[in-house]
Amino acid sequence: MRFYEYESRRIVERAGIPVTRYGFCTTAEAAREVAAEIGGPVVIKSQVLTGGRMKAGGVKFADTPEEAAEHAAAILDLAINGHAPRGVLVDPKAEVAQEYYASVIWDGTVKRPMMLFSDMGGIDIEEVAASHPDHVGRGHLSNLLPVSDFHAKQVIARTGVTGSELTRATPILARLARLMRDCDMTLAEINPLARLDDGSFVALDAHMEMENEAKPRQKELLEELGIEAQDTREPYEPSDFERNVKAIDAADHRGVIQGKDHGFSGNLGLVIGAGGGSLTLTDAVRSQGGKPANYTEIGGNPSVAKACGLAKEVLRKDGVEKIAVMMSIVSNTRVDIVARGVIKACLELGRDPAETIAVFRIPGAWEEEGEKILRRYGVEYCDRSVSMWDAAGRAVAKIQEGT
Amino acid sequence: MSILLSEEFTFIVQGITGREAVNLTRECLDYGSRVVGGVTPGRKGREVHGVPVFDTVQQVADAVGYVPNGSVVTVPPAFTKDAVFEAIEAGIELIVIVTERIPRRDVAEMVELAGMRGARIIGPNCLGLIVPEVCKMGGIGGPAKDAAKAYAPGAIGVMSRSGGMTTEISSTLTAAGLGQSTAVSIGGDAIIGSTYAELMPLFEADEQTEAIVIYTEPGGRMEAQLAEWVKDNRSRLPIVAFMAGRFMDSEEMKGMSFGHAGTIVEGAEDTATEKIARLEGAGIPVVERIDEIPDAVKEKIGVTA
Amino acid sequence: MSAPPTGGEQLTGVFIGIEVDQTVADDAALAGRLAEVCPVDIFAADGEAGALRIVEENLDECVLCELCLDAAPDGAVVIKKLYDGSELRRG
Repeated sequence: MRFYEYESRRIVERAGIPVTRYGFCTTAEAAREVAAEIGGPVVIKSQVLTGGRMKAGGVKFADTPEEAAEHAAAILDLAINGHAPRGVLVDPKAEVAQEYYASVIWDGTVKRPMMLFSDMGGIDIEEVAASHPDHVGRGHLSNLLPVSDFHAKQVIARTGVTGSELTRATPILARLARLMRDCDMTLAEINPLARLDDGSFVALDAHMEMENEAKPRQKELLEELGIEAQDTREPYEPSDFERNVKAIDAADHRGVIQGKDHGFSGNLGLVIGAGGGSLTLTDAVRSQGGKPANYTEIGGNPSVAKACGLAKEVLRKDGVEKIAVMMSIVSNTRVDIVARGVIKACLELGRDPAETIAVFRIPGAWEEEGEKILRRYGVEYCDRSVSMWDAAGRAVAKIQEGT
Repeated sequence: MSILLSEEFTFIVQGITGREAVNLTRECLDYGSRVVGGVTPGRKGREVHGVPVFDTVQQVADAVGYVPNGSVVTVPPAFTKDAVFEAIEAGIELIVIVTERIPRRDVAEMVELAGMRGARIIGPNCLGLIVPEVCKMGGIGGPAKDAAKAYAPGAIGVMSRSGGMTTEISSTLTAAGLGQSTAVSIGGDAIIGSTYAELMPLFEADEQTEAIVIYTEPGGRMEAQLAEWVKDNRSRLPIVAFMAGRFMDSEEMKGMSFGHAGTIVEGAEDTATEKIARLEGAGIPVVERIDEIPDAVKEKIGVTA
Repeated sequence: MSAPPTGGEQLTGVFIGIEVDQTVADDAALAGRLAEVCPVDIFAADGEAGALRIVEENLDECVLCELCLDAAPDGAVVIKKLYDGSELRRG
């Protein structure tokens, strides 16, 4: 889960990392007041969960509170990449002597957190790493031992930074590393980290992302930030289909279903599973010229009601002519239970299962029983002798025939 | 031979009284695996399909008179780290973590402790591993009769980030007359105990294994790591890969995650296109269809179809 | 008692039927046992004087585990697979 900048700043602040005296505002009037309090040139920054704010006009400078209010009003009305801002951040325009970069991320190969530091901050770190590799310091942390300041010092020293710069930056990077671990962040980044004219360091911008799986145990922090449980911060607004599938899944603990249709707009409804099977089957449909209307995942042996609910949601989608019910070989989910669910869905919507189900290919647990059910309703059953590719191909062919 | 498991291999199930664990225990016993004990705190004295239940891992070791070789851990995510630490500290050497949705920090801690104690972790978010007709450790392949349909002994090592696809691929190989030495569901999370490259030396040392088949997805650097390993070690084993989730590369899917937790694309390096290029650059063909795998393997090991 | 009748020629979205002998259905203790063993709550012991009631909306969730057949006297409970006309019963 990604945090807004104003939340990220609060997170670094509570970890003991200095920040400027910023204010988060949702109205132009509030922005004027904060600017007046700051009493000097300020910068107004749009609070959106997307990059490219500067280019889109979401960051503006103001010399007076009136100007700050004007800019705030404009920025509050400005959607960036389709995201409406949550508010604006009003920040004093700092007198910066130098900008640095500091972050801590997971290195999945080494399976440890990795610290990154550069004395070339304010720009894209990947660019710096490519063009000036000697200006990027890296270092891994143990998962079991506490973070010691010397770990951070080594990383910073690798960039050639020394003197009071080194001693003042060291605790900041160490604190960032501790906060990354303590708060279950997948990304904890300060860019730029600024050294002001007086030699002190402040975080001018911060970007934090928390692992979704850790949200239950980070409840205290989330509450402190005022983030509600339903504020999931999806990169896009969920569709009715996605919301309904989620509700069906939540209403019944038996099995797990997921549905997505963002980016899909075809005529072939997919009732497919499980994780890897769904990816494989979606590829197989698309590669053979099919147009999926959605993506789904069935797993963990859902109830008949759940399978039925999912199939109904897919069938109700605009433009869906037929559904393809396909999975890789199942060992937990039962073929007969899914068969009952999808047939029930067709009948309850007044559709003939034999016409509506373009293909049913789920081999595995209880397949003999599943086949009997399907036969009774005139639906052809494909066992494991029909490959996933061929099953997808049959579904595509049927929908193209228009039968 | 095979990797990791053998006929003598003994293991326990932690969280054995849970609904899925009860099934898994039945399946493993039916397949001929030696499940010698189970652990659920507070349930000492019970039995699950004849397997005695204890409060601690140490109690199992004391009761059977030795430290079992392995443990299948299937406890809720908030308790998994503690259960795995308990197993490692009791001296268990192979730990299969079935549980999904464990925070990365916990997984990383478990993996680091395992490394310090000489233990190996498979998973999390996996179905375990199987040596056909010898031992099944975890839910892989399902009930014994279903597992027998899909898996047959042979020369192919299978590694897959998807549990279900481990069985689909093995079944396809079996139907084409290619049995498996060992099939491992390595898990679908961003950080896992054993990656392809980390299991390769075991397959490399196994005389029975003549080729490797892997199932891969977008997300992470695991495939790049394998490509590097193959180049650096001049492996004797030919590898055939299948890449799922190619559709995730399309423009309208940017930033979305599908399937396993590990498929979220965090950088340009972990897209399907980039991974295919890397694997092929290391001499690993990447097929588009599961049913193309057997022929690709046969071509590599010089068996005529 | 029985629920529901077999579909006959008309295809309905009902897959499972359960028939319970009336003496068992009226026996509160047995009804309670059936309610307890069924993993998908097809049986409820909340009829008159604890008599058995079949929860129609759960019939299709039947997983064919046969625990109800074992919990009742032989032949007292019959599971009907309406999709192929076959029956599961003890004795």
